[in-house]
Amino acid sequence: MKDIREDIAWAQINNDVLKSLENPRKLYWVILFIAIAVVGVAVGCEIYQYNMGLGVGNFDNPHMWGLYIASFIFWIGMSHSGTLLSAILHIMHADWRKPIYRFAEAMTTFSLMTAGLFVAVHLGRIWQIYFALPYPNMRQLWPNFQSPLLWDAMAIFTYLSSSILFLYVGMIPDLAICRDNMHPGWRKKLYTALALGWEGTDRQWRNFRVTYLTIACFLIPLAVSVHSIVASDFAMSQQPGWHITSFPPYFVAGALYSGCAAIITLFIILRYVFKFEEYMTMAILKKISRLTFAIAMVWTYLVWVEYATAWFGNAHDHHLMIEKATGTYAPFWWMMNFCASVVPFVLFFKRFQTNIPVLFAVSLLLNLGMWLERWMIVAPTFADGYYPWTWDHNQWPSLVQWGIVFGSFGWFTMLFMIFCKIFPSVSMYEVKEMVYHRKLATKKLQATANLAAAGKGAH
Amino acid sequence: MGKRHLLALFTDFDEAEAVVTELRGVTIKGFNADKDMIVKSPIEHPEVEEFLGYKPVRVQWFTLVGAVGMGFLMFWLIAASQGNFFAQMKGGKPIVPFPPDFVLTYELFILGGVYITVLGFLICAGLPARRSPLYSAKVSEDQIGILVQADEAISGTLKSIFTKHQALEIQEEAGK
Repeated sequence: MKDIREDIAWAQINNDVLKSLENPRKLYWVILFIAIAVVGVAVGCEIYQYNMGLGVGNFDNPHMWGLYIASFIFWIGMSHSGTLLSAILHIMHADWRKPIYRFAEAMTTFSLMTAGLFVAVHLGRIWQIYFALPYPNMRQLWPNFQSPLLWDAMAIFTYLSSSILFLYVGMIPDLAICRDNMHPGWRKKLYTALALGWEGTDRQWRNFRVTYLTIACFLIPLAVSVHSIVASDFAMSQQPGWHITSFPPYFVAGALYSGCAAIITLFIILRYVFKFEEYMTMAILKKISRLTFAIAMVWTYLVWVEYATAWFGNAHDHHLMIEKATGTYAPFWWMMNFCASVVPFVLFFKRFQTNIPVLFAVSLLLNLGMWLERWMIVAPTFADGYYPWTWDHNQWPSLVQWGIVFGSFGWFTMLFMIFCKIFPSVSMYEVKEMVYHRKLATKKLQATANLAAAGKGAH
Repeated sequence: MGKRHLLALFTDFDEAEAVVTELRGVTIKGFNADKDMIVKSPIEHPEVEEFLGYKPVRVQWFTLVGAVGMGFLMFWLIAASQGNFFAQMKGGKPIVPFPPDFVLTYELFILGGVYITVLGFLICAGLPARRSPLYSAKVSEDQIGILVQADEAISGTLKSIFTKHQALEIQEEAGK
């Protein structure tokens, strides 16, 4: 099974991808409409919460973060695999990434934007959000440089802006293609401005190659540091269930895991909606499935490390562990373990690695598991902290909270689908490179085989 | 004497390579291949560098300056501001806590590196650029373009080289 057809014409690649900007299947509009509707519900919930106060979300002490912080971590995590995988696979010359990396990078950007919303959403006085920014304010209160929350702000800002630049720089040659092929109108003007006068000269390509590689090299340690810092928000506190040394690698693995699962989901949707069957092939889907399985196993190992740490740790951690498995949150905890540790074994079987309905369902379940994982990190600890008054203080999020959390999925989907309609979600020039290099490799193989055959004949 | 621009389009990469090799080898008065020839391609061809001759890329110097400069500058600013203006009582803690400051420095090191790399890319690649005198949308599709600038008197010679190597199309425009 080949990653891509080698005889595909370059002009056809341009045509197919450019067509996706104009004529998607009807399902595109259905998805966009549902996404906008869900965002509408979330906006309604937010307005209600803004007017009535955080109490309508069922927040109380000690449950002051609820689903919002769990969703924040989920979206930060989701953002990881896009850029990180794109960068790692680029450095490793894994050219099967080429048809899929663009949408994965876009996923990163929009996930980070969605995560950022939760900082504002969980505030009671949203109009004073500027207090959340790390700068010295008028009361001479400086930001606490020793707090991971400050590191978080810096790391996420760096990651977001670097990811946007990585996405944009990688897209410049394709924007030039769009500029050259679009009819006059707002699109043409937009592409002309964004393409920066790119003409594919040797000078431009030479500098482009080094720039893209350099940013990729920066993004790998950056992505690792971002989720390690998010993990430090928990690990550097003294709360039971959080003060665990393995949290940073555990969070990074979880981030990659949920991101890979999301790539499968979006791969399947884009493949159908934009008729990308020629580029988002089964062979590539198979590779992503295998990668997801491998990362799932790393995550499963690390989650067991966490359980072992809690089990053999102090009495509070041990007690919390038992509470998670048998207490109020037990159904969600078991579902999390099932979805994130057992379900991925489906990907172990070859016949499912290319079965689209199964993969679609599995990818959704994996992300459900990963979202539950984040919730199960936050909520049970609050319900079973060191202070007796927190014990058995279980919280069930209200519909307002759920509405806003579902809305975040709508928000992400809306941004992502709009992006895919305006910008090429398959990298045209890189797919051409892929086709070109594979053709060359095949030619070389044939020449070698011919030589060998000729040699045999001579003997 | 006026300058003239010629753009030849090739569908075959080998032919384009042969043209460039010939243009680099041939001695024509009023034409310097290193300065007057630009190769345009729809994809990045590492092979182009082999036959076009080595040309240095200086983006990495921007990266170095951006990353190290931003890292040092921000560490110095954070540390200095904490030491001088941080009004909060420290309670025996160090005035400049190194581990957390290193975390921030690390992030800013990367931030500076990425930003200045992109700036370096724009400068080194000459972007944003004006349209060159001759451009064909086919170059962003599937053809390789060779743009040359030469004295009017020798444009015929260059055209004949292009024709010899089966150029699909030759565009011509009087330059400045």
